Amino acid sequence: MLKRLLRCVREFKKPTVLTLIFIVGESIIETLIPFITANLVNQIKAGAALTEVIKVGIVLAVMACLSLACGGIAGFCCARAAAGFGKNVRHDLYQKIGDFSFENIDKFSSSSLVTRMTTDVQNVQMSYMMLIRTAIRAPLMLIFSVIMSFVMGGMLAMTFVVIIPVLAFGLMMVGKKAMPAFRRVFRKYDRLNESIEENVRAMRVVKGFSREEYEKEKFGVAAEDIRGDFVKAERIVAWNRPIMQICLYFNMIFVLLVGSRMAIEGISGVDVGQLSAMLTYGMQVLMSLMMLSMIYVILTMSAESMKRIYEVLGEEPTLVNPENAIMTVKDGSIDFKGVSFKYSAKAKRYALSDIDLRVKSGMTVGVIGGTGSGKTTFVQLVPRLYDATEGSVLVGGVDVRKYDIKALRDAVAMVLQKNLLFSGTIKENLRWGNPNATDEELIEACRLAQAHDFVSSFPDGYDTYIEQGGTNVSGGQKQRLCIARALLKKPKILILDDSTSAVDTKTDALIREGFRSFIPETTKIIIAQRVASVEDADLILVMENGRICAVGKHEELLTSCDIYREIYEQQTRGGNENE
Amino acid sequence: MSKKQSMMNRPKASPRVLARVLKMLFGYYPVLAPVIVVCILISAVTAALPAVFMQKVIAAIEQAQLSGATWSEASGDIVPKVILLASFYIVSWIAIVLQTQLMAIITQGFLCKLRRTMFDKMQNLPIRYFDTHKHGDIMSRYTNDIDALRELISQAMPSLLNSIVILVSVLFVMLYFSLWMTLVLLVGVFAMVTVSKKIGGGSAKYFIRQQRAMGKTEGYVQEMMNGQKVVKVFCHEEAAMRDFEEINEALFEDSARAHAYANTLGPIIGNIGNILYVIMAVVGGVFLLSRIPNVGLSTLLHRGGGFAAFSISIIVPFLNMAKQFTGNVNQASQQINAVVMGMAGGARLFEMMDEAPEADEGYVTLVNAKIDDKGNITETTERTGLWAWRHPHQADGTVTYTRLCGDVRLTEVDFAYEEGKPVLRDVSVYAEPGQKVAFVGATGAGKTTITNLINRFYDIADGKIRYDGININKIKKSDLRRSLGIVLQDTNLFTGSVMDNIRYGRLDATDEECRAAAALVGADDFISRLPQGYDTELSGNGANLSQGQRQMIAIARAAVADPPVMIMDEATSSIDTRTEAIVQRGMDKLMEGRTVFVIAHRLSTVMNSDVIMVLDHGKIIERGNHDKLIAEKGVYYQLYTGAFELE
Repeated sequence: MLKRLLRCVREFKKPTVLTLIFIVGESIIETLIPFITANLVNQIKAGAALTEVIKVGIVLAVMACLSLACGGIAGFCCARAAAGFGKNVRHDLYQKIGDFSFENIDKFSSSSLVTRMTTDVQNVQMSYMMLIRTAIRAPLMLIFSVIMSFVMGGMLAMTFVVIIPVLAFGLMMVGKKAMPAFRRVFRKYDRLNESIEENVRAMRVVKGFSREEYEKEKFGVAAEDIRGDFVKAERIVAWNRPIMQICLYFNMIFVLLVGSRMAIEGISGVDVGQLSAMLTYGMQVLMSLMMLSMIYVILTMSAESMKRIYEVLGEEPTLVNPENAIMTVKDGSIDFKGVSFKYSAKAKRYALSDIDLRVKSGMTVGVIGGTGSGKTTFVQLVPRLYDATEGSVLVGGVDVRKYDIKALRDAVAMVLQKNLLFSGTIKENLRWGNPNATDEELIEACRLAQAHDFVSSFPDGYDTYIEQGGTNVSGGQKQRLCIARALLKKPKILILDDSTSAVDTKTDALIREGFRSFIPETTKIIIAQRVASVEDADLILVMENGRICAVGKHEELLTSCDIYREIYEQQTRGGNENE
Repeated sequence: MSKKQSMMNRPKASPRVLARVLKMLFGYYPVLAPVIVVCILISAVTAALPAVFMQKVIAAIEQAQLSGATWSEASGDIVPKVILLASFYIVSWIAIVLQTQLMAIITQGFLCKLRRTMFDKMQNLPIRYFDTHKHGDIMSRYTNDIDALRELISQAMPSLLNSIVILVSVLFVMLYFSLWMTLVLLVGVFAMVTVSKKIGGGSAKYFIRQQRAMGKTEGYVQEMMNGQKVVKVFCHEEAAMRDFEEINEALFEDSARAHAYANTLGPIIGNIGNILYVIMAVVGGVFLLSRIPNVGLSTLLHRGGGFAAFSISIIVPFLNMAKQFTGNVNQASQQINAVVMGMAGGARLFEMMDEAPEADEGYVTLVNAKIDDKGNITETTERTGLWAWRHPHQADGTVTYTRLCGDVRLTEVDFAYEEGKPVLRDVSVYAEPGQKVAFVGATGAGKTTITNLINRFYDIADGKIRYDGININKIKKSDLRRSLGIVLQDTNLFTGSVMDNIRYGRLDATDEECRAAAALVGADDFISRLPQGYDTELSGNGANLSQGQRQMIAIARAAVADPPVMIMDEATSSIDTRTEAIVQRGMDKLMEGRTVFVIAHRLSTVMNSDVIMVLDHGKIIERGNHDKLIAEKGVYYQLYTGAFELE
């Protein structure tokens, strides 16, 4: 998992390495500074000439400048490295999702993908930054400080033999106890926030039923519950500082007591300057241990985010392009040979069973049936949005699995049931169908989809800006624009999945009329709720429970298929009564 | 309001916000909060002490070295000092333990109270608030802003207080030692503050830009993730990738800059501290050598205003104090970001808390009623199934009871969501008890608006609405809404079992009553077939159900409430026509004896209404029953024959 994520560092290896190098530099200088400082103090104490003091002072100042330079460069590089890492992770995620098949997409909800690409990447980016800043610095500082204090203080450094294990153990215990507590409470916290969101979304229901007090009470219980857990977790972490402080105090007392004795008795040349240096090193040792425990905390905190990112990066696309793929689709004929399909290997129920069908190029096929009867599933197999579980689907006489996916989908245009326009002008949206389409071609496609008139009636015409989700055009207008967008592909097969439901019947008829006269070569598959939308098709399929239960023309089905007749009568009954 | 706008409209962080946060904190914890402050004071002051002791110990060592005394001779002088220090430390340690433990308790307690206050407040906000604020924006107050406050309270403020106390006490100790050297140090500290202000400003600027770039990325990713399937069908992956790259690159630049500023602040301030140390040492050396008389509190106190020469026992501890002083300036500067963010978060929280709540001057209430022998309506506490409006009259102190029938009349109603943009004009609707009234019209014609007015989600601008002859403004809102059952197009279910969701309609309904309600609307069949039947847990707004199934549960929820008036806003839009026909029988039964307002896109749903209103741009253009409207051959006729497009 870590390996896959670290692959995203790529071109930002250089700033990462630079960060590490300069951090090493900074750490070395920072541990040397107290050494020089002690020297300075001793010089002053020894009553050295001012020039001597200044000499040492200059050395110290130069070191401070060097440390500043190292620290500054490291900070700059590290910001770039981490931001770049984040950028690459986002890039890889986006690209991976681009390779996803519909089956992969179904696995992740779109909002969870958004969180993964934003919050989770942000978390990982922050951890990466903290990590490259401290992962080397902390152990280095620890080692240097201990070495320096042995060099300077001799026996005095024995204090660390006591402090380091105590502190390390203490911090580790705190971390070990706190982490699971936090993980639990964060999960609860997420749920609490979800329930707030639920409440906000359902505010009309809450108020409609006058359930304000009930909701307050429910929330109060949940909030108090989470408070208890939070306090427990935080009180564990709160021990970090006392543990650290007691070590610091111990060090102070030890150095003062033992150090003064050593200084007076002249043991291992300890002097006053070294005493103060020892205190500084003690501080540094504590800081580096603190940093180490921070690394542990950061890693565990972002582990969840890393896992969620890896879930996407590690997901194998279920559809892959075949080798020696066929690049052209000969014609718009479609064959289903013994096709059965289920959405996941584990599912018990087949969404489609035993579909056998032959559609000649240029035919118009109507599909009708209740919700959940498998209409959408059926048509999704044609542009290979999913692969048939059993049997095979042939387009232009060739198994769809042998085509290059892009070539196949360019030949098979599909207007999805849940169709969408994207933020941008109408022109930009239409050009999704064909990026090189001329303005004339756009207008022609819109004429055919009966969209030209209303588009021209907008003040900005084809340059009208569509808001996100297409909220500023009506449902019927949106559907017609989506049809125009699909037509621009000049497809061999055109699939409309309940794409004219919000269009009035007259316009609906005009659209179908246009198809007949202007794109007779194209095979058209039309899924509809309304019988009127399919009654003039060359072939009508009636679907139920994932099976085609009847095939035929309108008149044939009226006599042979009960379901079809029932739907037909229900939709026309009102009209008959009042004629 | 677009995301960008709402970002710019963010209320500014101001010290007043900080004051209010503190006031609330001390209000909630009048004992614990001051205790913590005292603990911080104790630990901070003791942190400044070592310098004094060190100076004394070093002086003793020097003395011993000069006089050639042995340890046993000198220890009598040194050991008591160290022991005194140790006892200070013990006090300090206890203060720290207390402070950190209590802090954990009050931080979470405060956040919990804050969350509850906000949530309670939110329940009382008018629907207008939710219609004019993005849900994401409201949510971020509960997540981001509360997190920012948490950081402010638990980390930044104690750390800042600690730093300030240490700074002040170290300053005094330094003055005690030497005035001259303190002045030199303060000049250096001034430089540190200037630099950190400059860098901090740059960092804040880029952090805001990063936040904006992040919002843009989120918006783009959200749109593309929602439209993934369309992207795939059109093989548009590469083009979408190109656009994404651009946005991603911009985010990278801003993020790298923001963190570069933040990362360099520490080393810069820290090393200014180091250089300052050198300067102090050199200056000290100069003072020492040039034998300039020292001025300090110590000399003033001990010598009655006399002067003493600098000595090594002054300079060495002073250098340590200088280090401590600059270290604390550094620490304080690291908290600036958290303080600013916390204040901004607090400002947003307070903005929501200060919103005016939904006003309710209603005094007519809904009570259980029974009819006594004389045929008079009287109030009772038991559930009789008979309801009455209890109407107290202020003038003479009498109370009258009106039986709840469900007679709703709108007379010449005008309404606008925004001033100058009328949505309804001169609308009159009379719904007699038991009638089914349907509204038909294009999106934006004002159908839903009418129902929003009846249950007083919004208040009318002009005209009258009477419920059983009572002006609805006089009816208490909760009682008014209790008497109206609503089923909305966007079905919202809650996390919990199917049974819980149905019971939401009437909290004291028994399981049997809930089942009966589900059976009535034809939902019993599919619910029984769910894996755990009525105990099946729903999550994520019932993601495991189809839209049609969700709508059926919502209808059952309204049915169990058993209200005399029902509003069905596109309640069956996602149930396909065949299923609808099956559900229809149950629906008819449900509507029996109730006044029902129906809004439907599908004409088959409204055909059998007693009266159908065709709305266009906020006006009723046709009214009458199905046969009458068909005979008129107007808009309804065109809709019905499919010559006209709805939506």
